[in-house]
Amino acid sequence: MAKIKETAAILSQEQLAEGIYSMWIHTEAIASQAAPGQFIDVYTRDGAKLLPRPISLCEIDEGGGRLRIVYRVAGEGTREFSQYPAGGRIDILGPLGNGFPLEEAAGKRVLLIGGGIGIPPMLETARRLEGDKTIILGYRDSQMFLWEEFQALGTVFTATEDGSAGVKGNVLDAIRQEDIQGDLILACGPTPMLRGVKQYAAEHNIGCLISLEERMACGIGACLACVCQSKAIDGHSQVKNKRICKDGPVFWAEEVEL
Amino acid sequence: MINMKVNLAGVELKNPVMEASGTFGSGAEYSEFVDLNQLGAVVTKGVASVPWPGNPTPRIAETWGGMLNAIGLQNPGIDMFVKRDIPFLKQFDTKIIVNVCGRTEEDYIQVVERLGDEPVDLLEINISCPNVKEGGIAFGQDPKAVEAITKACKSHAKQPVIMKLSPNVTDITVMAKAAEAGGADVISLINTITGMKIDVNRRTFALANKTGGLSGPAIKPVAVRMVYQAAQAVRIPIIGMGGIQTGEDALEFILAGASAVAVGTANFHNPYATAEVVQGIRDYMEKNQIQDINSLVGAVK
Repeated sequence: MAKIKETAAILSQEQLAEGIYSMWIHTEAIASQAAPGQFIDVYTRDGAKLLPRPISLCEIDEGGGRLRIVYRVAGEGTREFSQYPAGGRIDILGPLGNGFPLEEAAGKRVLLIGGGIGIPPMLETARRLEGDKTIILGYRDSQMFLWEEFQALGTVFTATEDGSAGVKGNVLDAIRQEDIQGDLILACGPTPMLRGVKQYAAEHNIGCLISLEERMACGIGACLACVCQSKAIDGHSQVKNKRICKDGPVFWAEEVEL
Repeated sequence: MINMKVNLAGVELKNPVMEASGTFGSGAEYSEFVDLNQLGAVVTKGVASVPWPGNPTPRIAETWGGMLNAIGLQNPGIDMFVKRDIPFLKQFDTKIIVNVCGRTEEDYIQVVERLGDEPVDLLEINISCPNVKEGGIAFGQDPKAVEAITKACKSHAKQPVIMKLSPNVTDITVMAKAAEAGGADVISLINTITGMKIDVNRRTFALANKTGGLSGPAIKPVAVRMVYQAAQAVRIPIIGMGGIQTGEDALEFILAGASAVAVGTANFHNPYATAEVVQGIRDYMEKNQIQDINSLVGAVK
């Protein structure tokens, strides 16, 4: 698998919720190799902003050579991306990192958990997963982006922080209140949520794969900016650090300290 | 026929372009984008006598035209480095420069001695990292300490020694002269400039380490000025760096007095940056009918 940097065509740009945008990108080279849970680096056109923005893949259309990213405007860089029109161009590098090892899900009842801007990568993951799956989505409020698109892919439970839809609270509140059972968790979301999910999985003795994020520079494992703490000494770093961009972003929860 | 070869303390580089330590690992990751055979040298990330875990995250923050980093010299230690990284780099027709870090003089010497029998072309002694509490910059801000650590490394080194200088000093010429007096074969500058960023929304420091080293095009004018000043002060060759993104940026350093240049932060937004700088220098030489790169070194007085 080769990482590709290219200037790709933007096929569509759409606002899904306040500060949340969806973009389809034409990139045969990256789409043909990408897997759910991987990400791309997106480069701004502003020479004063040097670092690429890592954004997870929401959908992968291998045959059509298209990728979809659903991203939040978190600062000026992502604001710039949100203003690119369909028909415009975008500078990207990918596919980066390791996706969810879907083979681990064979024969298991899978819980797919997404929180906030951690929801998008779970869409392609849900689509690729065969068998029994339950999807638990955590939102801040009733602006439930992508929610409808999950409906056809499994049983969906929802939690909102303000209680405007589904269970009031977070994804773990939803799991407990609805008595949702599973043998394997795949999760992406903010670190406090992942910490809770990791603890829940440990208490119930079930496998748990989590996707982490951190400030990144190179995106390919060279600069050692985006490390997380690992439980054991890592073979590459020789210390208890793993590179999120290269060794992750998906890890077994018990491998890492949150 | 254009000559891009330069000579650093008896080591001939096919061209004056390398990447700056810490931005490129040991080359493996970037070799997917750049043919390492095209580079004059590969400079490794700093390596210490034992593995170092580095600093807590967040370790980086973007700033206007640059970035702050406080990685804290995370490295796998010399044993793994010798076993894994040197054999990787030996596959390529380029020179190997190993960046050496330590907390004490003994740490540096241990690594320098260990590398003596390895197929390494030059040693770059990092006495200028602003992100570690001991060693690093502590050796680089006092001319007596610079001279002493240079002497100590030189007396144990089998390869020529490059001393990497910090810009976080009042007078760079004092440090350059101290390194020369200690027997340095080459000096490299600048390391990053100590900086800080505050996250106003969270009302906290952007970096867990509070301060970090500023790099990128924002620091280039400072770096060019310091290379120029150092070039007036010493006779040993200089490797210039600080914000180089293009061949023209590199030529500023060469004209200011650098015999070679290093590309650092630019790799993060353009993984092809090093190869493009080589090509940019070649294009400039062809356009201006320059036969020998060495004729440009320090040509602006």
